[in-house]
Amino acid sequence: MKRVVFRSKWLPYVLLAPQIAITLIFFFWPALRAIESSFFIEDAFGFAREFVAFENYARLFNDAGYLKSFRTTLVFGLGVTALAMSIALVLAVAANRVLQAALTYRTFIIWPYAVAPALAGVIWFFLMNPTLGIVAYWLDLAGYEWNHYQNGDQALLMVTIAAAWKQISYNFLFFLAGLQSIPKSMLEAAAIDRAGPWRRFWTITFPLLSPTTFFLLVINLVYAFFDTFSLIHATTQGGPADATSILVLRVYQTGFVGQDYGSSAAQSVILMGLVIALTVVQFRYVERRVNY
Amino acid sequence: MVENRPVSTFLTHAVLIAGVVFLCFPVWMALVASTHGPEALSKAPIPLWFGDQGFQNYRDLLTGGLPEAGGVPVGLMMLNSLIMALGITIGKIAISLIAAYAIVYFRFPFRMGFFWMIFITLMLPVEVRILPTFDVITRLDMLNSYHGLIVPLIASATATFLFRQFFLTIPDELVEAARIDGAGPMKFFRDILLPLSRTNIAALFIILFIYGWNQYLWPLIVTTEERLYTVVMGIQRMANSGEQLPVWHYIMGTAILALIPPVLVVLAMQKLFVKGLVESEK
Repeated sequence: MKRVVFRSKWLPYVLLAPQIAITLIFFFWPALRAIESSFFIEDAFGFAREFVAFENYARLFNDAGYLKSFRTTLVFGLGVTALAMSIALVLAVAANRVLQAALTYRTFIIWPYAVAPALAGVIWFFLMNPTLGIVAYWLDLAGYEWNHYQNGDQALLMVTIAAAWKQISYNFLFFLAGLQSIPKSMLEAAAIDRAGPWRRFWTITFPLLSPTTFFLLVINLVYAFFDTFSLIHATTQGGPADATSILVLRVYQTGFVGQDYGSSAAQSVILMGLVIALTVVQFRYVERRVNY
Repeated sequence: MVENRPVSTFLTHAVLIAGVVFLCFPVWMALVASTHGPEALSKAPIPLWFGDQGFQNYRDLLTGGLPEAGGVPVGLMMLNSLIMALGITIGKIAISLIAAYAIVYFRFPFRMGFFWMIFITLMLPVEVRILPTFDVITRLDMLNSYHGLIVPLIASATATFLFRQFFLTIPDELVEAARIDGAGPMKFFRDILLPLSRTNIAALFIILFIYGWNQYLWPLIVTTEERLYTVVMGIQRMANSGEQLPVWHYIMGTAILALIPPVLVVLAMQKLFVKGLVESEK
């Protein structure tokens, strides 16, 4: 809190005006409209609408396809998070051990952060293409038949790998920063007590990294749930047979392709609830860490 | 490290090299594929080393309106991406700087209310409220325009929050001194606060530029005219071309062109990038 401030009746409002105006027009208005339309059923031309209370929501939770989407999103989100975080942790621990070369390795590890999820998806789509993708070809040599155009589980695995591939750099940077903040003296003391590297990692390093791990867990879940829309839209488009149809994709498809506004709005509201829940979890943790 | 064992040092390097190979290999393959003609990419196994069509492929992509590529030269799409990315970046930084300044350096009614109003937008990614936002854009007649691509995305809770945190660390004596010297609020902002914020602005610029360049869903729904297509969004029209077989040498060439600018920014300003990322997200 500043002790010394400027005095002006109007200047602060002028300074805040652009940000507040954009927030009101492009955040609050749409969010309120989403809540409102989720209680109505509109005809396809938008001429008439009927108040239906919670019917849109009831319809969603009785829709096997929507419930399957929930499950797909969960499997996908947990898969991406586990894969991206474990690989990043292994790389960060390794990079933290080689002091001189760490910066060189860092350069080679961080750049995929800048690659758009859509591009990561398209490139992996190419690598795994059943007729000419090099990875699919290798799998074939190893006696494993790969065809994500027909096999839904394989399609889901492919988008999971592509999404995790892009996220490793981000996790790596945070894990490396976390590792570097662990006091060397603690590890040395444990080494003097004859704790080996494996034991030192699990009894000292890993517990001390837990704030970073928790922070990344939430960030990765949010990334997998929402930012991967483009990755899936540019590659499998939810298929085959809805196997990769995650919740955000469904909001888009119900609204823009299926033109079912009420249902799309209800799905938006459910997703907003999910984001808010994740953010609250994140903040409770931030608060705890501050008081630590 | 605590002890020095050659075997574990060797293993460490092996793990790191495996990781680097895993991260680099896909883009390597994309780069290789973009230098071959369609024949080389028609059956497995595809070549692992460069072909001789690279120059021609990239020339076709950048300037020609390839029917397989949606009829829009990739050069034009990249220009659109650049305009959008810079617009979003500069817009976000500008309005967040002044908003944070108002919140930190003034006392006025509803100050914290405004702060929370901005802050809560962190929780609403555009993906989850896409249809009503599209509806608002339609009513405001902002479809198919650069401002439609840029303006709705420039509100930024992250940037406002970051600048607020930074301003709070600036000693009060600076304001006192400025006031004694008769400087008004805008003069203080311009001559003292802005120069002090230079590093933070630069670090944030990198993160936001990547964010802006990589936008996908927003350009997808706001633009229906091909002259406004951005490159990251445009690529999906080639990958999902429907009836025809995808033209992989062009698709991969476009992917490479689309990822070069943000990757170069990260590599060229690595130190600032790491600082910006680790600080802005925490």
